[in-house]
Amino acid sequence: MLPKITIGEWVDVLVVWATDNLTSLFDAIVVVIQFIVGNLAWALTAPSPWVIIILSIPLVLFLTNWKTAIGTSLGLLLIYDLRIWEPSMNTLAMVIAATIVALLVGIPLGILSARSDNAHKIIMPVLDFMQTMPPFVYLIPAVLFFGTGAVPGLIATVIFAMPPAIRLTGLGIRQVPVELIEAAEAFGSTQYQKLVKVQLPVAIPTIMAGINQCIMLALSMVVIAAMIGAGGLGSEVLRGIQRLDIPVGFEGGLAIVIIAIILDRITQGLGKRDNN
Amino acid sequence: MLMAKVKVENLVKIFGEHPNRALKMLQEGKSKEEILEATKNTVGVYNVSFQVEAGEIFVLMGLSGSGKSTLLRCINRLIKPTSGKVFIDDEEITGIDENKLREIRRQKLGMVFQRFALFPHRTVVDNVAFGLEIQGLSKEERLAKANQVLEAVGLKEWENSMPNQLSGGMQQRVGLARALASDPDILLMDEAFSALDPLIRKGMQDELLSLQATLNKTIIFVTHDLDEALKIGDRIALMKDGAIIQIGTPEEILTNPANEYVEKFVEDVDMSKVLTAEGVMKKSETVITPKDGPRTAMRRMRENGISSIFMVSKDRRLIGLVMAEDALKAAEEYKTTLDEVLLKDTPRVAPDTPLAELLPLVAEAKYPIAVVDEQNYLQGIIVRGSVLSGMIRKGENKTDAS
Ligand SMILES: Nc1ncnc2c1ncn2[C@@H]1O[C@H](COP(=O)(O)OP(=O)(O)OP(=O)(O)O)[C@@H](O)[C@H]1O
Ligand SMILES: [Mg+2]
Repeated sequence: MLPKITIGEWVDVLVVWATDNLTSLFDAIVVVIQFIVGNLAWALTAPSPWVIIILSIPLVLFLTNWKTAIGTSLGLLLIYDLRIWEPSMNTLAMVIAATIVALLVGIPLGILSARSDNAHKIIMPVLDFMQTMPPFVYLIPAVLFFGTGAVPGLIATVIFAMPPAIRLTGLGIRQVPVELIEAAEAFGSTQYQKLVKVQLPVAIPTIMAGINQCIMLALSMVVIAAMIGAGGLGSEVLRGIQRLDIPVGFEGGLAIVIIAIILDRITQGLGKRDNN
Repeated sequence: MLMAKVKVENLVKIFGEHPNRALKMLQEGKSKEEILEATKNTVGVYNVSFQVEAGEIFVLMGLSGSGKSTLLRCINRLIKPTSGKVFIDDEEITGIDENKLREIRRQKLGMVFQRFALFPHRTVVDNVAFGLEIQGLSKEERLAKANQVLEAVGLKEWENSMPNQLSGGMQQRVGLARALASDPDILLMDEAFSALDPLIRKGMQDELLSLQATLNKTIIFVTHDLDEALKIGDRIALMKDGAIIQIGTPEEILTNPANEYVEKFVEDVDMSKVLTAEGVMKKSETVITPKDGPRTAMRRMRENGISSIFMVSKDRRLIGLVMAEDALKAAEEYKTTLDEVLLKDTPRVAPDTPLAELLPLVAEAKYPIAVVDEQNYLQGIIVRGSVLSGMIRKGENKTDAS
């Protein structure tokens, strides 16, 4: 009979090795994430919901347009009315935190993949692999390294949400017309000047599309991460499933959709604004 | 001796993995196609040498794929040559390091692109100021300078527009302004006007020439359009398969094509538009001076089989024209000078008068036309026959070639 290749066991060995040797790195990651998400969650939940709902109007208006601003405040109002304000704000905080970390790592990796063909050749298959993995598979190593709770959920989210940021940053930069690159070089730009004055600004619409996808993936993963105790709206939905409680499940799901639409419109609006 | 602003020596550019083998095949005289077949390498530029003097407009002309852009990009080293040397102000730039190269690009080289290559996210004035920004000038300094250049190209009111709000012609003016902003000595222009429609294009050519009259840059201009090359080029280099096959003034290229290829290239040119008075005139060896009387004039005309003769001062400044019949009359009346029969206001033209302007003059003229320079020195004469023969000479060559 065909002998079984022990891929699973190899990964297990790798994971054990990592837990033994990379503890301080993991601890640092935990501290950063907890700091960001803790402060964000506090900022969103400490004031009265009315404050947030009203403040959202000028903020979103500044970022995009009237339609999105009004829609956002109405959506938030509905969430408040459904009595799921706190889990919603926790979810929002986790999405934002995870997105920030994912972008902090993903955009530089995207730049690297655009500038070096070797890096590109390594990064692209890894991204393909990551993007075809079912989301909850990411939870397993997270639990092994960090136990249960919000932090492993967030780490899984960061990793899950990162590929589009890398991919589209790289794509955006590679798509910058050759003539613009030549123009930058012909006038004597350094590599750095070329990057920040030409490549990144020209690639912004594509990078924004990557950020948008990154946020959407983060949201879906944050919900799934409720399975390992990440909390937020995911727990509401999970509760609804476990107790077959249709109202709880549906209202939780509805709040997720509202947050998704808000985040989507804001990032799309941002992309368009930079386009003009 | 005059220092060459740009000098290119035995430049070769081969695209591909193993240029050495391709280089060897080239030296054995193999063609571009054979080399591509055998080595997968493309010959971009092959063994090109030329010099461009300060203040000159040097045109690189040739069909698509002949290596014009590659050659141009070797000069500011956007493309690294496989072998050979490029000098700018007698400094070899083929061997210098990145920092030095960047300095030279910033100080001495401006570039204008075929599809404009304006930065879409920057306003017009920020596009123009790009080179200065790269050099680290303060915001006020660079905006002041950029606005000044924008004014020179007539786009002052558009400074805060985005490039995509401008028409093609205006965009290319911005491109030109961007190249001029850092006041480089040398402008590299790659098919700068090819993307514009004909009328705008003509306007831009005129504008470039008039700017050049005051700026006096050294311009290397790539085009595949012969009419454009003839119009703006002081000299033209004609390229084929990466090599230069002829370098010369527009007239030399037209009247003296180096081979059948050049011949073919120039055959569609409207000769009457591009040839100038200088090109069709006869050098007038036979003249008379004020001390000569009617008999001398008669004898000279008879000897040379001509019916009129120009009188010049001792240093060859034009004085007037004497017709054979008038000289004869004066001789019969025993006059000793030609003062009474001297015609002083027969037509005169400058050497660079285009043939198109000349033809009507020639058609109407009772007298031969004198070609004189600004100081009134006689350069040559134009009679009806010489214009025609100038044009026919060309036609005959063509028939021979085919
Ligand atoms: N980066 C490159 N890699 C491989 N081959 C190239 C490269 N750039 C140019 N070539 C080849 O070199 C030759 C000369 O190209 P080049 O662009 O200089 O021609 P050109 O005269 O500017 O033509 P066009 O009028 O189409 O712009 C062509 O055969 C072209 O295919
Ligand atoms: Mg070209």
